[in-house]
Amino acid sequence: MAQVIVVTSGKGGVGKTTTSAAFATGLAQRGKKTVVIDFDVGLRNLDLIMGVERRVVFDIVNVIQGEARLNQALIRDKRVDTLAILPASQTRDKDALTREGVSTIIEELSADFDYILCDSPAGIEKGALLALYFADQAIVVTNPEVSSVRDSDRILGVLQSKSKRAEEKKDKVKEHLLVTRYDPNRVERGEMLKLEDVREILAIPLLGVVPENESVLKASNTGTPVIMDTESVAGQAYKDAVGRFLGEDLPHRFLEPDKKPGLFRRLFGGRAA
Amino acid sequence: MSWLDYFRAARKDEPPPSASAAKERLQIVLAHERIGRTREDFLPRLQQELVAVVARYVAIDPGKVKLDLDRGGDMSTLAIEIELPAPTPGRQAAAG
Ligand SMILES: Nc1ncnc2c1ncn2[C@@H]1O[C@H](COP(=O)(O)OP(=O)(O)O)[C@@H](O)[C@H]1O
Ligand SMILES: [Mg+2]
Repeated sequence: MAQVIVVTSGKGGVGKTTTSAAFATGLAQRGKKTVVIDFDVGLRNLDLIMGVERRVVFDIVNVIQGEARLNQALIRDKRVDTLAILPASQTRDKDALTREGVSTIIEELSADFDYILCDSPAGIEKGALLALYFADQAIVVTNPEVSSVRDSDRILGVLQSKSKRAEEKKDKVKEHLLVTRYDPNRVERGEMLKLEDVREILAIPLLGVVPENESVLKASNTGTPVIMDTESVAGQAYKDAVGRFLGEDLPHRFLEPDKKPGLFRRLFGGRAA
Repeated sequence: MSWLDYFRAARKDEPPPSASAAKERLQIVLAHERIGRTREDFLPRLQQELVAVVARYVAIDPGKVKLDLDRGGDMSTLAIEIELPAPTPGRQAAAG
């Protein structure tokens, strides 16, 4: 039986899709059979971040409506052979996703995969609820910023009341906190919530901290999940997070600010990447 | 950023760090929102019922009821200011 993992946050633009792509790739690189599903119907983007946008023929809505078989809609990644992507529909509306339809798809995928990642849309409406409904585990992506933390808290409440596990009174969905776009320099200046503050407020186990990093934009430009950029701090932070998810005990890195740039650098130099 | 901005930023009158305000505000608002998740927030109903009780004794103008709620960490305060009409001779209570 596959484990279903939802990547969720409530708030938009915090890094769910970036995380879904990186995490799915990371799990697959570790030999786990992994499929990542884009639940953002109408705003498909995972295909671009994964670099498979030119190979999309069918999408999840086609499968639900019986216009294509699941196997025809799944895109097998060319870089990592244990990885597959199920794209969202770009043209249909959100109502095309039904709970029964998604249930059938997840059941069918469960037979072939170890992990099913669900990239949630923003909000706490239908699409987001459906993305988290079947979850066994949740990666809650949070930026160190008031509205993101509040929305994460809200989504934790939804996980505890509206998921299938909650409805059926089974063991609760296992929660993981992933803090992204963390900027230690701004934290040091007192402009950004500290990691410890976010942990204290949300009070769920910390899976990882991904720093604010230029490599994420570069990776999206080329359609390469950032975890494949092994030189980048964001790539390494995601790799660590995948390791921790698989039970490894790894220290958190990239939490300290850069060395203070000298006056000359501050006046004439560019920002350190 | 232009080089002039550098001197501006370096001036000593920068505002105090804002991150601690963020933490404090979050802790308070979430404490209240978490309660609302498990049982209904009673404050809106309390307000309505209190105003209704007062209206049983005096004719009040619903436009002259001021509600002020301040949700705090240890304590919340609900202030209800109801403007009572000047006494009209010969009238006992509100009509309803
Ligand atoms: N660690 C990071 N450093 C810098 N930019 C990031 C980081 N994570 C995400 N971003 C950027 O933030 C934006 C939103 O990311 P995305 O993954 O699409 O969020 P969501 O799926 O939650 O809406 C994108 O432009 C992405 O490049
Ligand atoms: Mg997204």
